[in-house]
Order: sequence, then C-alpha cells, then structure tokens
Amino acid sequence: MKITRRGLMTGTTGLAAGAVVGAAAGVATERSGDSTGVASYPFRGAHQQGILTPVQDRLHFAAFDVTTTDRAALVRLLQDWTEAAERMVAGGSAGPVGPVEGDDRLPPDDTGEAIGLPASRLTLTFGFGPGLFSDADGEDRFGLADRRPKALRPLPHFASDAIDEARSGGDLCVQACADDPQVAVHAIRNLARIGMGTVAVRWSQLGFGRTSSTSRSQATPRNLFGFKDGTASVKSEERDAIEEFVWVAPGDDPRAEWLAGGSYLAARRINMRIETWDRQSLRTQEELVGRTKSSGAPLSGGDEFDEMDLEMPGRDGPVVPVDSHVAVVHPDNNGGVRMLRRGYNFVDGSDVLGGMDSGLFFVAFVRDPDTHFIPLQSAMAKQDALMEYLKFTGSALFAVPPGVRPGEFVGQALFA
Amino acid sequence: MRLLHRAALPAVLTSSLLLAGCADKVDADDPRALTVSSSADACEVSKAEVPAGTVSFEVTNTGDAVTEFYVLAQDGLQILGEVENIGRDLSRTLTVQLPQGDYVTACKPGMKGDGIRADFTVSASDEKVEVSADEKKLVDTAVVNYRAYVQDQADQLLTRTEEFARLYTSGKDDEARALYPVARIHWERIEPVAESFGDLDPAMDLREADVEQGDEWTGWHRMEKDLWPARAEGYTPLTQAEREKYAADLVANTKKLDGLVDADDFTFTIDQVANGSTALLEEVAAGKVTGEEEYWSRTDLYDFQANLDGARVAFEGVRPVLDSKDPELAETLDARFTALEQLLAQYRDGDGFVGYDELDTQDVKQLKDGVDALSEPLSTLAAAVLA
Repeated sequence: MKITRRGLMTGTTGLAAGAVVGAAAGVATERSGDSTGVASYPFRGAHQQGILTPVQDRLHFAAFDVTTTDRAALVRLLQDWTEAAERMVAGGSAGPVGPVEGDDRLPPDDTGEAIGLPASRLTLTFGFGPGLFSDADGEDRFGLADRRPKALRPLPHFASDAIDEARSGGDLCVQACADDPQVAVHAIRNLARIGMGTVAVRWSQLGFGRTSSTSRSQATPRNLFGFKDGTASVKSEERDAIEEFVWVAPGDDPRAEWLAGGSYLAARRINMRIETWDRQSLRTQEELVGRTKSSGAPLSGGDEFDEMDLEMPGRDGPVVPVDSHVAVVHPDNNGGVRMLRRGYNFVDGSDVLGGMDSGLFFVAFVRDPDTHFIPLQSAMAKQDALMEYLKFTGSALFAVPPGVRPGEFVGQALFA
Repeated sequence: MRLLHRAALPAVLTSSLLLAGCADKVDADDPRALTVSSSADACEVSKAEVPAGTVSFEVTNTGDAVTEFYVLAQDGLQILGEVENIGRDLSRTLTVQLPQGDYVTACKPGMKGDGIRADFTVSASDEKVEVSADEKKLVDTAVVNYRAYVQDQADQLLTRTEEFARLYTSGKDDEARALYPVARIHWERIEPVAESFGDLDPAMDLREADVEQGDEWTGWHRMEKDLWPARAEGYTPLTQAEREKYAADLVANTKKLDGLVDADDFTFTIDQVANGSTALLEEVAAGKVTGEEEYWSRTDLYDFQANLDGARVAFEGVRPVLDSKDPELAETLDARFTALEQLLAQYRDGDGFVGYDELDTQDVKQLKDGVDALSEPLSTLAAAVLA
C-alpha cells in the first residue's frame, strides 16, 4: 500500500489514519500549551493565515531574491506556490502527485520528509519586499514600481544595529509556522524547490518556542532571557485593535490599494548576549525588563495582564524604571501604538568563540511601519536599557498582501 | 557602550554591612524564615522573636501603594537591611544577619514617613553572628580608596586627553595615534563610572555602529576613524575646523567628568565598588575581546588590559571584606584574575599591545574563555561582600 500524508485515502485505512492525525495533533497542541484543538487552518480567506491564527510552536522563515526578469514567470511562481501551499497546509503533499505515488523514473514532486506527519497547524504567509518593485538602481523590475506601497522600503539603520546583509532584506518572503519543525521545514524546502530558476533563497531562519501569543487562549511564553514576552501584543480577540494596528485599510495608501486587507511584516534577528545576561542579578534583570521574572507582573504590581503604572513613584524614580524595556515600548510612551508580535526563539548553535548564537527572531505585523514600527524601534535602540544585552543582526520589511480568495493566487491584486 | 545599571550609580547611601539581596524562598520549617504582609495600614511580621542567625523576611505587598520594608537597630535609626520598590501583590525577600538583641521592623507603604513599626527580638542561639567594628572600618577604607582611584584616573585622563587634542589638531598624526590607546587607558579603567553620568558616555565613547541615522557622531571613536581610515570605504578626512571642533568637545566633556568625580557628593557604597568590578569585566566580554570597540585602530587589547586593571583594583579594594566573608571566593577570583592577566600578557609588545588583527580565532577564544571563567564567580562578588 502506498503511504501518503493524509486525507487522500479511502475506507477504513483512511479513518484509522485520520484518528492518528487527530491524536498527534492533540499531543502537539497540548505540548505547546494552547487549547485551539485544531489540526489545520483554511488557506483562503479575507486575510492571510499565519497572522491572527494562534501562534504555533515552530518557525521556518525564508526570504528570496527574484532571479528572473520575466513578469510572467513571477506570476506563474505565485500561482504554483499558491497551489502547493493550499495542499500543504491541509496536510497534503507539495505537488499534486505525492512523495512516492508518481513515476519511479522521476524525482517525486514532494520531498517526502513529512510522510506520516499531520498538518500540524501549518500556516504559510507570503510577503513582498521593496526589491520586487524596483532594484537597487531604482529600475522598475516588473512594471510594479508605481504600485509600491509608500512605506515599503529598507528599514533605516538604528542605533546599535550590527546588521548582516546576508541575513537581511529579500524580494519575497514566506513565513511557515507549525507545531512540528519538520512540517515547517518541509514546506519551505518544497516552495524553494518549486521556485528554483525564478527565485533563490537569500536567507532563512528557524525558530522554536513562540515568544508571543496571538490569542488569549494561549499562555504567554518565555524568551531566552527567561522572561514572559509579548504580554502586551495585540490579540486576535481584540477586533478593534486589529483593525487599527494590523490591517491596511482601503484608502491608507492610494497607490497601493491592492494591499488593503493586508499588512506589513517587520522581521528583526536579535542576538541576545546570553552569557553576560546570565551574570546579572535577578533584581537587575527584572529592572531591565520592568516585569517580575516569575509571573510577568509589572513592577508596579498586580498580575501579568494588569495595567502597569509608569508613574508610580519608587525609591529612585518610578518603580517601573523609565529605561526598562516595558516602559520604553509602552503604548503610553509611543502615541498609543501597539503591534501584533509573532516572534520566535532561535539557537543557531554556537559562534566561533563558543558563545550561544541565539536570541529572538522578532516578527511583527503592523498597519504602517512608518508610524507603528520605526518610531518604536528607534526609541528602543536609544533608550532601552535592555539594548546592552541585544545585538540586531538581521532586518527586513515586507508588504503582506491580503488573503487569497477562491480561484485567486497569492498577491493577485498586485498583478491585476 | 553602556554596561552599567543602577547597580553602581554613585549615590550617597548607607553602606550597611548587613544588607543583602534576595535570597532563597522562605522555608516554613525554618525558624528564621519569616513572612511579612505589608498593607496600607498594617505590617504583619509572622514572628516577633527569632533565634540569632541569618534571618529572611519574605515581604508581600497586599496594599495598593509601593511599599518597602526595613530592619532597624534598637535606636530605630540605623538601617540594618531594607527592600525597596515592592509593587502591589509582589513579593521580595530580605535576608539579614542578626545577632542577639532588640530591633525594630518597619513597613513603609507609599515609601513615606516613619512607616508602621514594631519591636522585634532576636534571642540567643548556637549560630554565631558577629558584626565587628573592624568590618565597618574595612568597608569605609575600601570606599574611600576607590573614590581616590577614580579621581586620580580622571585627572590623568584629562591631562592625556588635552595632550591628544593638541597633537590631533596640530596635525601630528603619528604622535596622536601613539597616544590614543594610552590616553584611553584611563577612561577604560573607570568606564562604568564615566557611563553613570548619563549623556557623557554617548558623547565621548560612541562607536559608529551605535549612532542612529541623522544623529551626530562625536567623541574618541570619531577621531579614531580619522586617524586610522584604512578600513573605511571612500572616507573623507575631517577638515581642520572639524578636527578642532571634535577635539574641543572631547576635552570639554572630559573636564566635566573630572569635575563630577571631584565633587563632594561623589561617593560609592561597597556594593557599587564590587559591582563596578563586575561591570568592567562585562565590558571586556561585550566589546574588547571581540575586537568591536576599536574598529579602526585595532587597539582593543589596551582597553582590555585597562578594564581588567580597573576590575582588579575594585576587587582588591573590597577584598579585605571578602576575606572575612568568603575566603574561598576571594581565592578563586585571585587565581582567575591572575590567569587572565597572564593570558593577556602574551600579547604585550613593548609598552603596549599588538594589534587585534594579530590574534587568530583560537587566541580570541582562549581569551574569551578566560573572561567567562573570571566573570562568572565575579558576578557573585557584591552579594558575597554584603552577606
């Protein structure tokens, strides 16, 4: 009998496989501490998946350079990616045939490492970088230059940036999130393979242990500093805040109406100076963050989700230090601005000196980077005491088109 | 770069010998483990009498305002231990060594006034707790000596900086290049102190990568790049007017720094001296051992040695106190300081050091391992000195 991923079989075998899938998904969601009870998310809809959908445990993020000059080839790739993505997020194979079902004289149209694995809540989210619209010399590459969103340009250099160009930028990006790392890797690997000749991988990043929540049904996870991270992130239940801070609205950018219903994705690879951090006293760590390490409560008191009091006087200034991370990035100090964060921890082994090459792969979805991301990042770079323990090593900005409607391909409105 | 926090800000504080930071959680079976509930109008200490020894108070704030908790001597004035800044529903633990005697406890909701006070008795026990008058003297000596050291280094820094500025503005580039790492030794030896004065550090010691788009870059490293432009692409040398501007700015800021450390109210507490030692080693770990600090001149090893000098001086200053509290830690630190100094001495070249580029990855790894080996126990120094 042929082994396929799932859902394509009939009869008792299929039912048995389905039961296994359900059980495996149950294990996965239990481990990641959320209660979604869902095996997969629909690929098509008003917005792309992987933004509001509850954050999974694993990430494989890839940025691509477009290597073709042929607009038709680019469109064809997006069509192929759309088909493959829709199959894979449902737990199927990348190609229409499958990993072991085709002509044995040909390489399979799916690489096969996900055989037997469930959909694992895989989501695939696509974005367009500034380079898709015009190249470094300002040349219009695909006749899209006059449709480039005004805020879509390389992020500026922030204080203390140590950006590695080889981990930055990109013409296209794909964010693959899943409960199983092998499922996320399988998706990126197959999309990269499908894209060869049209696009080439520029850089990619693996992540684990989601460091934020997009839903109140999820517990707040911890970053590699051991602190809860993303407590204040916009949650999918906050409908008004989502409209205000996440989705680009019609009329926001007249020359990029195609982006309405989409968002911007800001990615920052942040190395943490783990060894130095670990030598700080608990009290110092808590004052740098502005929250307790145990419960994540603000130093002004209460529980994790209690409002923090930035004014509450302490012995030497406010009890939540003014240069603590939470004070610097708090909406009250930034014109009320909030972000939907979707970061992940990463450990890319060790550096040449034996230090951990690790930190936070920060991903945020914002309605307008010029008002919702850049000022915050700038304030953080300049004022946040935590910066001493951070080193920003990668940086990228993408426009994330709206959801894919039935019969459409990803980003179709841009090419219409 | 800044690598120092509130921990070592110069401030006039009681240098209480008995104060200690957070310790282990309260154990219900331990007669010396107490809980304190601090509300708006009450300060409930779980026991009013304990046997002499190391006593811990887990203080929980059940009121709305920020609170703090004190253990005071019988006179109600001398502070033997305190925990500050406890927010609503949060807990902090105070650990204090208390000999037999009568004491006063106080919660201070809202951090104002005399607080809610109660008598507290420590009875005799087998555990010997002595606080000698000698120790107070040792602490005072350490603080006074370190203050004098900082003042002396700031003086020398000013002299050398003025000389550097003269050479640089009169176009004597070779001589300026020779003096650059030597003058900076005095800066690097007291770096955490200089950094504690807010805007001085960014104005004087910012590296190019730390400057945000649109901000002006000033200070030592601005001139460093101008003197060593070899690694820069398409670099335009500074004009004479610019040279004079940046040099004058640096001298003015150095004078300011020198004045601040000479002020009467410039003083330290013993834990600040100990933390200063830790912070200097973290400076080495963050920028010097990796060759990021002196990107243009490659003189990082001068800074490395200077940070190490400063850390050693601070450590030696508190060492008499440490010897009586934790001689084993003192020995470990002594051995690891010496090992790291010897490691670094391999790269001496005449009166100075070889350029950072002459080190290969193995050399740097060895130095970095040495820094970690020293930094890890050094991070416990302040707590040990205060224990």
